[in-house]
Amino acid sequence: MRESSHPLAGLRQRIARIAASDGVESHRAEGWLASGHARFDDALHGGLAIGRIHEFFAADALDATSAAAFAALVALRAPGKAPLIWLRTTDANKRSGRIYAPGIAELGGDPDRLLLVETADPKMLLACANDAIRCAGSAAVIVESWGKFPLLDLTAGRRLALGARDAGTTLLMLRLNAVPTPSVAETRWSVAAGPSHALAADAPGAPAFDLELLRWRGGPAGTRWRLDWNHDEQSFRETALSGALLPLPARRAMASHGAAAA
Amino acid sequence: MRLASVDAAALAVGLRPGMPLADARAQLGELMIVPHDPVLDQDWLDRLAQGCARYTPLVALDAPDGLILDIAGAAHLLGGEAGVVADIEGRFARLGMTLRHALGPTADAARALARYQARPAPDETSAIRRLPVAALELEAEETTALVRAGLKTIGDLAGRPMANLAARFGADAAMALRRIMGDAPSPLDPRVPPPPVVAERRFAEPLGSTAHAAKILAELVGEAIGDLAERGKGGRSFRATFFRSDGLARDIAIETGHPTRDAGLVMRLFAERLDGLADPLDPGFGFDMIRLAVPRIETLGASQLGLEGGAVKEAAIDELADRLATRLGRGRVRRLRPADTHIPEQAQLELPAIDAPAPLPWQAPEPGEPPTRPFHLFDPPQPIEVIAEVPDGPPHRFRWRRQAHAVRRYEGPERIAAEWWRRRDNGGLTRDYYRVEDAQGRRFWLFRHGLYDEKPDPRWYIHGVFA
Repeated sequence: MRESSHPLAGLRQRIARIAASDGVESHRAEGWLASGHARFDDALHGGLAIGRIHEFFAADALDATSAAAFAALVALRAPGKAPLIWLRTTDANKRSGRIYAPGIAELGGDPDRLLLVETADPKMLLACANDAIRCAGSAAVIVESWGKFPLLDLTAGRRLALGARDAGTTLLMLRLNAVPTPSVAETRWSVAAGPSHALAADAPGAPAFDLELLRWRGGPAGTRWRLDWNHDEQSFRETALSGALLPLPARRAMASHGAAAA
Repeated sequence: MRLASVDAAALAVGLRPGMPLADARAQLGELMIVPHDPVLDQDWLDRLAQGCARYTPLVALDAPDGLILDIAGAAHLLGGEAGVVADIEGRFARLGMTLRHALGPTADAARALARYQARPAPDETSAIRRLPVAALELEAEETTALVRAGLKTIGDLAGRPMANLAARFGADAAMALRRIMGDAPSPLDPRVPPPPVVAERRFAEPLGSTAHAAKILAELVGEAIGDLAERGKGGRSFRATFFRSDGLARDIAIETGHPTRDAGLVMRLFAERLDGLADPLDPGFGFDMIRLAVPRIETLGASQLGLEGGAVKEAAIDELADRLATRLGRGRVRRLRPADTHIPEQAQLELPAIDAPAPLPWQAPEPGEPPTRPFHLFDPPQPIEVIAEVPDGPPHRFRWRRQAHAVRRYEGPERIAAEWWRRRDNGGLTRDYYRVEDAQGRRFWLFRHGLYDEKPDPRWYIHGVFA
């Protein structure tokens, strides 16, 4: 048995090499979902590539809303009427709350573009994601999952990636309360809520996001951004921290929080 | 406890419906008793009615134990009225059901004949005239009064002026009489309204395999779509009924969000539905008839594909929504629509995508202002523990899901009163909403349920989370 495992490992490596040279990567992206923030987009050679999988991990269970809002805003920023298909399980309504259209409208997004799909369990979620991803014409497909997602192994991920590539749809995986694991995603992000730029009378300001690029197939990872959303211009911009309040953030390292969440 | 109904063997030994159970037991030691379940009875009657749709599309329930079939123009398919009756009796016998039937010129006449005919008569008219006055189904005293007056049959009554009957027993009695006599129309209330487009196929030999049945269904879909195309219509819902040779039937229905004449799409939806059935389609002893009905049709012009392909993409999304709704249930694929209210949890409607109305404008954002409504909303709101510096002031710190949050910034209160004009009790308490940001930079939407002069110790809730 011991000897036979060596050739097996060798074969696996060969398959991995073949897959890496002749798989998803070799295909050029058809475009990008841009954030509107020049430095962010340049660093990613244009933004989040269309026809790929992008994973968004909430840095903490409480950051679920930030991760969801970031993914939705990036997708809804793109002009046009193409729908945003959002798949979630029924218990998500209880855990992170219902998706609230008046809130999306106030962020400048168009809630009429949302097509909500609710499934009973993660198995059905994955099956429906496979269908949704193969349907060209959506602005993006958001698949929201909570906790470990054992069904989404490398095979399932690869199937999704191939479907997305062939149909030219973008899959934004929302992984809430989960620890990053190896996957076929093009980029992997950790998203947390950032302190906002205070308004007059110390009122909370525009939505702010702390982003960390955990992995990127096209280049180096590890970059951090602090962006906030400007709904008038429909774009992200650098958060201007006012000098008076500098509650230096919350640069939460993924590892420690990931461990706590698991 | 009383007997609700008895079978033929029990009738023969003298048991009657309505008899106390103890008496029945005293009369006959070995009784087989099944508790009366009116809901199950209704359900069974409905299934029998569904099976009878093979004879005519117009089948009405006559609860609790009757079915009325309008076989006008449909009887020749089985060799006339006698053929229909023989076929029904044969199938019901196989299900262990005995039945009493009658044929009549109108629904009410047939019903009265089936339920009240005691003696055979040479022809239809005299059979109706010989019916007892009980067939009018008046109150017990009124029936007795009629009998005492010597008016024992419908024929006796029919010979007298209608006005006298109406004056003595009410307009309903006169109407019932006219209906039974066929002088007034007795409209049928069919269980399922007859669909505008139907295609069906009968088989000499029952089909034993579901796969073969699916093939026949595809042919029927083709026929129905040809019919729709001639009329310039498209189908919004399709219903396939598989009639089993034992007399029962099974309905499989699909819906689409837009009128369609795409046979491939309809068949894909049917395949999706057939795959997802909790209890699969069971041919039993075989299907001897398959019917495809298109109950809901809408105008659909001939379409031409746009050059730029936009319509194709939209159609693909619509098909995806239809397919997912077929698989998951129509209520699980939704679109969001605004509702005209300021109560936050009622301000959005989640409607099935299949028949969501046209979009309405949403509240536009204030330029330069952060959003005042959260991205995620908890419905119902979740209770939290709050410490405020002053009783009716903003929250200072709060505890939610076993985690403490210190409030760094806040804005509020935004006071949202209950809709006092809708309800007599003023609709409930006023809510004071605060937009708060905690030390980590997370933004929450909290409210105090009730002002201090409305309620001694108002509770706090978290209603949403901002991006």
